[in-house]
Amino acid sequence: MKITFPHLGNTYICVKSIFDDLGIDYVIPPFNNKKALELGTRYVSEMVCLPLKINIGNYIQAYEMGADTILMAGGCGPCRFGYYAQLHQEILRDAGYDMEIITLEAVYGIRDLLGRVKKIMPDNGAYVKLPGVIRRAVEIAKRTDELEMLTFRLRAREQAPGSVDGIYHDFKENALKTSGTRGMLKLLDDTGEKLGSVSLKPDAKPLKVGIVGEIYTGIEQFASFEIQEKLGRMGVEADRKVTVSNWIIEHMLKKGLHLPRDQSYAEAAKPWLGTMIGGHAQETVGNTVLYAEKGYDGVIQIFPFSCMPEIVAESLLPYIERDLGIPVLTLIIDEMTGEAGYMTRVEAFIDMLEKRRERVKYEGGWELSWN
Amino acid sequence: MRTKIGIPRSLFYYKFIPFWAGFFSGLGAEVVVSGPTNKLILDNGVKSCVDEACLPVKLYFGHVLELKDKADFILVPRFTSISRKEYVCPEFGGLPDVIRHSLKGLPPLITTEINLRRSGKGGIDAAIEMAAEIGVDRKKAATAYKQALEVQREKGGSFAMDDYFGNEAKEPSPRSTQLQVAVIGHPYNIYDRYISMDLLGKLKKYGIGIKTIEMVEENEINKQAAYLKKPMFWYYGRAAYGAAVHLASSGEIDGMICVTSFGCGVDSFVNDLIERRIRKEYRIPLIIMTIDEHSGEAGFNTRLEAFVDMLQWRRANENYISTSG
Repeated sequence: MKITFPHLGNTYICVKSIFDDLGIDYVIPPFNNKKALELGTRYVSEMVCLPLKINIGNYIQAYEMGADTILMAGGCGPCRFGYYAQLHQEILRDAGYDMEIITLEAVYGIRDLLGRVKKIMPDNGAYVKLPGVIRRAVEIAKRTDELEMLTFRLRAREQAPGSVDGIYHDFKENALKTSGTRGMLKLLDDTGEKLGSVSLKPDAKPLKVGIVGEIYTGIEQFASFEIQEKLGRMGVEADRKVTVSNWIIEHMLKKGLHLPRDQSYAEAAKPWLGTMIGGHAQETVGNTVLYAEKGYDGVIQIFPFSCMPEIVAESLLPYIERDLGIPVLTLIIDEMTGEAGYMTRVEAFIDMLEKRRERVKYEGGWELSWN
Repeated sequence: MRTKIGIPRSLFYYKFIPFWAGFFSGLGAEVVVSGPTNKLILDNGVKSCVDEACLPVKLYFGHVLELKDKADFILVPRFTSISRKEYVCPEFGGLPDVIRHSLKGLPPLITTEINLRRSGKGGIDAAIEMAAEIGVDRKKAATAYKQALEVQREKGGSFAMDDYFGNEAKEPSPRSTQLQVAVIGHPYNIYDRYISMDLLGKLKKYGIGIKTIEMVEENEINKQAAYLKKPMFWYYGRAAYGAAVHLASSGEIDGMICVTSFGCGVDSFVNDLIERRIRKEYRIPLIIMTIDEHSGEAGFNTRLEAFVDMLQWRRANENYISTSG
């Protein structure tokens, strides 16, 4: 059995280190690429959402590298993600790729979940190591996300353009060569140190933009044309609350153990969206409000075309924009999205934010255009 | 004067109007339903709603606007779930919030959450809450709820079709072709004469018999839906899949038309699963007809005609093998 899994940002770093420690045989699909998307759009019906298409591309590319089993997360709706694995299975079978999909989900209870875990565990006494590995893996997930957020802050302030990109690129490459959770933690330490030594502009006051929206297009840089990195290169500091580690810690561990969870976004969303409706709509609405309260310059919402929960959030954002005075740009992505047109919109939005900041600086309300 | 409760002729109207009409009259209120969809209603809806929303949601906005000055309350419930362990679409769950923020000058909205996911008691809880909104006590609400549930049981399944064809439905359909077609789609799409471009009426004119999801017994639906290893967590998804496969396997139908509104997330999965299963296991022609606010009727008719022609040729020539090789 050779296991593979779909890409989602830096998730591969965490998953790889777990598999290494437990001695599970695996293949990491090539980083998301045009070919993967092309394979996805070839086999998946048009109206299905973008992440599923890219996932299929990952699986087929991994199949060609020898993978026969897919490990992925599941869910119980109402967002379509909960049914991904079932549709994946049908599509792969019809396309002639014989792969088994194992979903890690507790929809049928804990005993069933443990049965699924057992399927992928090798018979080498790996169970003894499991608690320690999981503890370190959660640590890795958390620190990888922190590292990514740090690059967003540094990129907007670096003296020499490209210095952060260089270190971060090396990190992603080296992660593929590093083995085990302990090795990965060491790599994170080293990378953190390198990033700490990047020289920054002392007087930089970058624009601050919050990224909200659907989780896959937010986290997976390929799906959003690396918007967060591009913003950084434009001297804009991006922030994103929805991360893999946040999802693992808040939605899996704390929910499973019935610990109190961070509900600040739900509270903030309440006047606009009264309840959880599925997907990340509540996070999108709530975090937009929180960004406005924290004095961010703007918010960018990203979601795949036809994403149901995000459409609800999109309908509500104009009223938050109006009531709290924070500009919002909505970007909708599918396989037909052209990068040039997309970037033009982002640049225009950033220009507008810059002008807006100047306007505020001159105090006297509206600044006239000939000033 | 009796309180007027406005109910938009859209979305769950086609499923639950017998219940709602019964319930609110039981409470002593008067029910006002918006008129049948027309161009103005659709245009008003499209204007006040985001582009990405699906056609029926846009239409819902139009119907709510239509009731603006005609009712004391408008019923815009938050549909989270109408069956155990299953959801409705996320867009429905957010409707009250979106309507409240984007449409101005509306009478008070009744936005009670309807959630039967965990327990069937969610129904009566919602009913009591709704009654409280218009100032009616629990006891009266409970009685009205029970009576309305009876009406729903009796009429719920056939109401939409009867309403669609009016008196025509009572007469036997001509069935000159002896063909029968399954029309698989959300009730709010296929029973709305305007947005479905009168698909059902057109099929009837061709003399084709119609089967819809509502005509399939619940246990038959569940029997077929059990084929899916993981139960589908959308109410509509299970019903559509189960009904489509049941109809295909029963030999009652000669073709299947799946009607979907552009960008419908649930349909994108359900129709794909139906199509894969039907193509693999049954020799039944299947067409997916997509509708949205830009759909032109001529193009729609052409596709429908071609499909019907094909069914007829198939029936006539199925056993014909050319002797000329």
